[in-house]
Formats: sequence, structure tokens, C-alpha cells
Amino acid sequence: MPTHVMNEALGETRLDKGAQGLIGKPLDRYEGRLKVTGKAPYAYETRHGEGVAYGVVVTAPVAKGKVVSIDTLKAFSSPGVIHVLTGDNLPTNSAQPSGDKPAIGGGQIHFYGQVLALVVADSFEAARHGASLVTVECETREGRYDLDAERPNAKVPPPGNMPPDTARGDFERAFAEAEVKLDETYRTPSQSHSAMEPHAAVAEWQGGQLTVHTSCQLVGDNTRQLAAALGIKPDKVRILTPYIGGGFGGKLGIGPEAVLAAMVAKEIGRPVKVALTRQQVYQVTSRRTDTIQRVRIGATRDGRITAIGHESWCSNMAGDDYFEPIGLSTVFLYAGENRLITHRLAELDVLMASAMRAPGEAVGMLALENAMDEMAEKLGLDPIEFRKRNEPDRNPEDDKPFSSRHLIECMEEGARRFGWSEREARPRARQEGDWLIGIGMAAASRKNLLAQSSAEVRLEPDGRAIVLTDMTDIGTGSYTILAQTAGEMLGLPMDRITVLLGDSALPESSGSGGSFGAASAGSSVYIACEALIERLARKMDCAAEDLTLKDGTAVAGNRQVPLVELLAGEALSAEGTLQPGNATKDHHQASYGAHFCEVAVNAVTGETRVRRMLSVCEAGRILNAKTARSQCLGGMIFGIGTALTEELVIDDRNGLLVNHDLAEYHVPVNADVPQLDVVLLDKVDRLASPMASKGLGELGISGAGAAVTNAIYNACGVRVRDYPATLDKVLEGLAEGGGRQ
Amino acid sequence: MNPFSYSRAAGAADAIRLGAVAGTKYLGGGTNLVDLMREGAEHPEALVDVTALSREIEEREDGGLMIGAAVRNTALAEHRAVRQRYPMLSRAILAGASAQIRNMATIGGNLLQRTRCTYFYDGEGSRCNKREPGQGCDAIDGFNRNHAILGASPACVATHPSDMCVALAALDASVHIEGRSGKRSVPLVELHRLPDGRPDLDTVLEPGELITAIELPALPLASRSTYRKVRDRASYAFALVSVAAALEVESGTVKDVRLALGGVAHKPWRAWRAEEALRGQPASEDAFRAAAEAELADASPLKDNAFKVELARRTIVAVLGDLAGAGR
Repeated sequence: MPTHVMNEALGETRLDKGAQGLIGKPLDRYEGRLKVTGKAPYAYETRHGEGVAYGVVVTAPVAKGKVVSIDTLKAFSSPGVIHVLTGDNLPTNSAQPSGDKPAIGGGQIHFYGQVLALVVADSFEAARHGASLVTVECETREGRYDLDAERPNAKVPPPGNMPPDTARGDFERAFAEAEVKLDETYRTPSQSHSAMEPHAAVAEWQGGQLTVHTSCQLVGDNTRQLAAALGIKPDKVRILTPYIGGGFGGKLGIGPEAVLAAMVAKEIGRPVKVALTRQQVYQVTSRRTDTIQRVRIGATRDGRITAIGHESWCSNMAGDDYFEPIGLSTVFLYAGENRLITHRLAELDVLMASAMRAPGEAVGMLALENAMDEMAEKLGLDPIEFRKRNEPDRNPEDDKPFSSRHLIECMEEGARRFGWSEREARPRARQEGDWLIGIGMAAASRKNLLAQSSAEVRLEPDGRAIVLTDMTDIGTGSYTILAQTAGEMLGLPMDRITVLLGDSALPESSGSGGSFGAASAGSSVYIACEALIERLARKMDCAAEDLTLKDGTAVAGNRQVPLVELLAGEALSAEGTLQPGNATKDHHQASYGAHFCEVAVNAVTGETRVRRMLSVCEAGRILNAKTARSQCLGGMIFGIGTALTEELVIDDRNGLLVNHDLAEYHVPVNADVPQLDVVLLDKVDRLASPMASKGLGELGISGAGAAVTNAIYNACGVRVRDYPATLDKVLEGLAEGGGRQ
Repeated sequence: MNPFSYSRAAGAADAIRLGAVAGTKYLGGGTNLVDLMREGAEHPEALVDVTALSREIEEREDGGLMIGAAVRNTALAEHRAVRQRYPMLSRAILAGASAQIRNMATIGGNLLQRTRCTYFYDGEGSRCNKREPGQGCDAIDGFNRNHAILGASPACVATHPSDMCVALAALDASVHIEGRSGKRSVPLVELHRLPDGRPDLDTVLEPGELITAIELPALPLASRSTYRKVRDRASYAFALVSVAAALEVESGTVKDVRLALGGVAHKPWRAWRAEEALRGQPASEDAFRAAAEAELADASPLKDNAFKVELARRTIVAVLGDLAGAGR
């Protein structure tokens, strides 16, 4: 099985030559027609008819305590109810992505809304009514629900996505001696992924073999987590997840619904469907942590950073060490000899904190890029100029070279296109009626990740190719870019490529997460195709590098042979595997970008409306200009939500999750999102992966929210450091400074 | 959701007959009631579908309107006479919910929307006097950013969520009601109650009574009127504060005014004090501010919603200023 270890840069590849002309093209989604015509079945839609039972989850009515008893008698006697699953061994919520299985309750209530039981009935309606008849008696205990209050008790967590502490030089001394200083504290609230498709699973046993249709991002890990939760071997579990209605990290760890469906399906000997309600998705999956971030920047009068500090506090459940890598970008984004980046983790009796779109950057860069804007103002420098003066030529953490870095180009291109030169540095300089107009910018960076990934590519005797991998497409475009990669490599048009994804019986991929999917899974397809090309070259009696494949024809020298003829009735198959290697260790790899935003702030009410937004993004080779753009748009919209509206509110008296639906947890709606522009700088980073692409999916959110709040400041002179910048917080500043009143 | 029976009434008399059974609720578009049933905040044993009630919008000779209870929100907002004679009503409706919900929601049902207070919805973990009289209120000391600043009681600090009702309150609308004991008409401003000691009672409707129509009197000054909704996102969010206003200015003096507030109280809040303070005064920012302050003098904000007082004051002044400016 061909394996490529990413130790060094590849030279020019078939993806550069582009004989078939597919790579990079803005092609429509491979599965787009199926989705918009309702023919792409999502997990809950996969199993109908006789014999299917329906499960509805019962959740904890308090946030901390001990389960004394669960009375299921009424539920059992309700018409249609088949079974009520209770017990100390039920999963409380989703598994931590890096964990081996979901946590179990053990008779205790660890957070509000924790899973306590599953009522199973012949119909969904009967199950839901049955669930409402289950009564839970519990001893309630005092809990901890407020990060600010628990901050003094926060601990140093073990290393996770990054070490908890990163330091260089003598930060405290350099900061104390700095000519110009900034010391500000920023806060971000808990957030919820809010994917359109709620978590759902359909489980069915045949003998000792379990099949689960579900919605998940990491098929290999999720299969093992599910098996571990059930105490069976992973090879007894098959997960199918071909279509996924969004993940954003909320489906990285196996969900409780999949475990419950499998448990109860075994007990009753019937297929069981379990879908979480929207409220339950908020309660029993995972959240992004709340954060407190102190940023200190010391600089010379001419704007060179001498000290940069980013200390952060976040929360998680007792016993869970995952911490949001808040300072990830602060490590390498700007120069400065003296650095201090720390992470502390406080225990809260609140739903598990886990990864959500761009874990780390999405909230860490709100603080960092807000602080950079504030510091630029203190220095009397244009925010872009200040960033340029602190552009490092090597990773300031350890002096390793960057694999590629085009941050300045992104900022300059964006400034030119957005009309940055017309910005007035002074706030409140532009007003149209009641609306104060301002523009702001922020840098974007997202650390590049690569993960082991395998794929099989088959060439059928009829000249069609099939790509097989357990990779997922969570709306990102995996189907499309994998088809483009295979088509480009093998010289086949798109309509001759079939892509099968999201099935644990297929070769294990990286899965979708951390923006590593396209480069990792794409590279595995590339490697498999290279192996096929070697074999085709042998059939053509030429060296692989002398073989051109285009439109189903093999060309070498002056010979042209249709692929079908060359295959002569034989099918060829190869599996390719990509492994991360030294290229990541020897170089610092990240994607870069720059966000620009214009807002209008109502001088009367403090409402903010984003009027236009532009992001210039650089992530190596762009594999599909359309799906890449869509990824950036999604990130920018997340950024708008993060800046202005999104906040998971937890009642700090009792841990109640206050706003657990889409009417009250405010993701941006269409009316909040103006015309967005994305410019993709098409580069290659050959150290990043054989695809020469870097992670793009999460680049669009990284820093985006800070561009919005920096624009708010420019518009009205109110600096909101406590996200989201809802109108009451803006109004507070406006009332002091006067509005129309 | 409890098991319930469903029947469809042929008309008002049929509905009232069917609605006589205890535990019955009338069902319009179902955009709120069905949600409440799913969430366990309502447990009707029977639903009587009243969408066969009148869907007529009848234009009266004097310029008023008679609106059948089963008229859909969208139809009312789009009606030519509404847009011309009562623009604030059209705007208020369009400021609410989403297009899909407005297409389903009925006018009669909209009047009976229940509060969005999270503690009201959370039947398992939270105390709520509106859901369970005498249980206590977890909102008073809880997360109450969205709650009332006017007219609340120690028993309840919830707000009424409707936008449409705020405009109707300003427009002197009356509500036509039928019950077993006959027909009556109630001014809209008296339909909804303040919570006092009985927050479980949202309105003065007797059990089994049915809303059949809403009457809008002719109100020439309403042709220059507006609705301003201030909320956390540009669409699909409930009002933090909203203002429905109509203003008639003659030679720089306020001849007449209608003003109502949303998002601030247990009911759509007719700003009688502000109106009183404004009539005969110069149409100036100072007068508008004085009127707003008169209305908000008794405001008693909670832990998280003090901003609403300032927001309401500023929005009232701005909306009246715009109306006065437009009339010059």
C-alpha cells in the first residue's frame, strides 16, 4: 500500500500541470443536486417502515446533584411505549473528540440537561409523550457556573492542542520597561455550534454486528468511541454518514444519541431512531468554552513590539482536561522578543467544552486583534502599518522558518480593494442620518494541520474511477474536491468519477476537523492515483513522468491510447496513505488572511449593522474556487455572529441553559449578513502537503469578529471588550459620549 | 406533548360550542401554541381549529377596518388600506417572526401569543407563577435582560412578545369577542392584563370565549405613523424595545399623538402619560424627551435590563422626531 510521509516538499506535480483542468476550478458541488432536490438522505431519514422504534431523550432538570430515583412507571404504561432505558451507564453527552468514549453519569448529575433516560416507543409522538411522563427525583447540590468566580481556582491543564504555556525572553521585565503599553482584558461567552442538522442516529443490529446511520465528522474515531461505549470490538460497528448537515466541531465526538440508539436497539431487538431536539443539541452535545483573556502589549514608540502577553482562562467539566488553545495565533502572528502565552482551566458544572469552528483562533484572535487595534491607536499608527512593523521573518517562538506566509500581501490587497485609505482614524468621523459609519480590519491566521488519511481509488474497465474513503463532507465540499483531484490525476472528466464517503467500511481518513480534511484526504487520493499512474505507465511502456492522462486517454510521446483500451477489461485499484512527517516539525505552517469590515452603528439605539465585509485569504493551492469561497463566507458569518450576537447564556445561580433554541441563541440571519466578498490568493505551499494546499475551512472565522468590533470602535468610539457587542453594551458607551440625544 | 383531540370548527358558533369543554384551546396558525405544547408549557386536552373564522378585511365607509380573526398576518400587513391608513400596523407585523411564520399566523392567535420568558418555558427546572400559580418566579433574580421595566409585579416580570399588538394598542383597536353568554367588545388596551397577583391570566378572556374580529376605528393621524423595533439582530428576534407612534403636528404644535411601547411590559404598553404630556406642546426634541421621561418615570429595571429604560427613552424621542420631521 503506497504511503507518503510528508517529510519534504514535492516538486511540480500533475496538479500543477493541470492537464485535465479541474483543480482550482469553481465547479458546482458533486452532491449539490441531490441535496437541493431532497434526495440526499440525512441520518434520521434512512430507515423507515415496519419494526422501527423511536427513542426520545429525558434530560436532567437540575445542574448538579445526585439521582435519587427515576420513576418510569407512568411512561411504561403510556400507549406505544416499549422500553425505558435508565441507568448509571448512560452517556451524559457527546464524547470529547480526543476521548475514547462519552462520559457516563454514574448516578450523578454533572450539568443541566444531562442525559438521564431514553423512552422508546412505536412512534416518535408516543415516545415524546412517554418522555414527558418520566419523573426524576434528585438531591440538588451547589454548583459552580461562573468562570469569573472560579478563575482563582483555575489550574494549569496538561498539554492539549498546544502546551498550556509558551514563553520566551523575560516578558514581565520587557513589558514593565516598554515605552508604550496596553493592558486590557477581554471576555467571550460560551457558544454553541448550532449546525442545521440536529444530532440523530438510527441503529440496527444483525446478530453481533451493529450498523448506525448517524451524523459525525470523524468516522474512524467515532466508530471506536461507539464500540468502546458499548464494550464491543470496533470491527463489529459500521457507521454510515454520507451526508451531514453541518458539524462545526459539534459532531467530532460520537453523540449520546448514537450510543443510546445502539444500546436500546440491542435490548429490544429492533432498529431504533433517536434524534435530539434542538434544545437537547444545545444541552447534551458540547459547547465552546467561555473565556477571559488578558492581553498585554509593550512596544517602542515607533511601534515595534518588545513584549506580548496573552493569558487566558477557560472552563470545562470536572475531570475533562480539554482547554481551548486561545493563544494559538499569538504564538506566531507578530514579532516580539519577550513573549508569555498561558492557558488556565477552571472547573464548572456546565456542559463539556470542546472544539468549535477554529478552536483557539475564533475567540483568541478576537482579543488579540482587538488589542492590536487599540495599541495601534495608542501609537498613532495605522492598524495595518502597526502589523507590518511587527511582521516576523521566522516563527518568533522558536525561530523556525515559515513554510509560506503572505499576511502582508493579504492586508495590502484587502486595503486596496476595500478602500482602506479613505478610513478616518478618528472615531465618529462619518455619519449618515442616525447611523455612524466606521471601518475596521483584523489579521487572520489559522495553524495548518495535517492528519493521517487513506483512500482507495479504483479504475474500472469502462474507464470510470471510484474514490473510496471514510472521509466526511460536512458541507465543506469534500466530495467535490476529491473528485477533482482524482479527475485531474487520472485525466478524467467529473462525470466519470464516483466518490463514496462516510462509511467506516472504507479506508480510514483524517475525517473533517481542524481544516485538515482537504489537504489530508486529498493527498491520500493523490497518492493512490500516483500508484495507478505507475501501473498505467508500465502498460504504456513509458516512465510515469512521460505519461499524460487527459479526457480518458493516455498519451506518451506520439502514442495515444484510450484508457478503456489500455485497461483491456481489467480493473486497477490502489490505496494511498498520507502520513504527517518532518515538514510540519521543521517549519511553521499556517494559513493567513485579512478581514475588512464596514459597520453602521445607530447613534440612537446602539444597534450595529454590518454593511460590507471583505476577506482576503491565502491557504496555498485553492482546490475549488467555489467551495473555498463558501468556506470563507461561512467563517465570516460565524465571525459576525461571534462579534454581535452569539452567547450561550447560563444562569449563574443554578446552571440552567437559558437560551437553548435558535429563536434565542442568535446566530446571524440573512438580514444580518450583507454582501460579502472573498478574495483567494492562489499560491502553493509544497511543504504543507502533496496537494500544496493549507487548511482553509476555519481561516474565515479567525479574526473576523475583531474586524467587526474594530469597525464599531471606528464608527462610534465605543470599544466593546466583552463579546458579543450587543446594543446594550454599545449604548452604554454612546450614552456617555452623546448620540443624537 | 400530551395526547389531545383535534376538531375543526365550521364557524364562530360551532367553535364556541366545541370550546365549551374544559381544557380546550382554540388553534389558529399554531405558530405559538404548538411550540408551547411541544415544550410542555401548555397541555390542552382538545384543540378546536378556528381558521374557518372570517378571513375578511372589511373597509368601513368612515375609513375604519374590520379584520376577521382568521386573517393571516401576511395578508393584513400587505393590505392596501392598512399600508395607507395604518402604516405602523403593517410595519409592526412585518417586524415580527419570519415570512414563513407570518404566512401561518392568524390575527386572532397573535393577540394571544404567550411570553418568551425562558423560565416560563422550562417546566422541569424552573419556577414560574404564570405556568404554575403560586410557585414563585425564577426570572426576577435570574437572567432577565429581556424582561419588563414597566407594570411588573413581584409575581411576574415577563413581557408580551407581539409586535402587532403594540401597533393595535396605539391605534385604539377593539377586540370582538363571542362566548356562550353573548358578544362583547373590549378595547385592545384592556384585553391584556398586567400580571399583579395572577400572571397565569394573560388576558381578560373568560374560559371558552373566542376572538372573532379586530376593529380599527378611523384614525386620520395614523396615516403618518411608524413602528420602530429595536432588537439584537436585524430579523427574527423579539423586541428589546419597540415604539409604535402616530403624530399630528399643526403649526409646530402637537395636535394629536398615539404612542405605544413593546418589549417593556406584560402587555402592549399604551403610553398614555407621554401622549397627555405632548398634546398642545411644541413638536420639539425637548418636549419629546419630557414626554418619554414622563412615561418612564415609574420604570423599575431588573438586574440585566436597565439599558431598556435609556433605550426606550432614546427610541421614543427619535421616532417622534422623525415623524415630526417628515410632516414639516
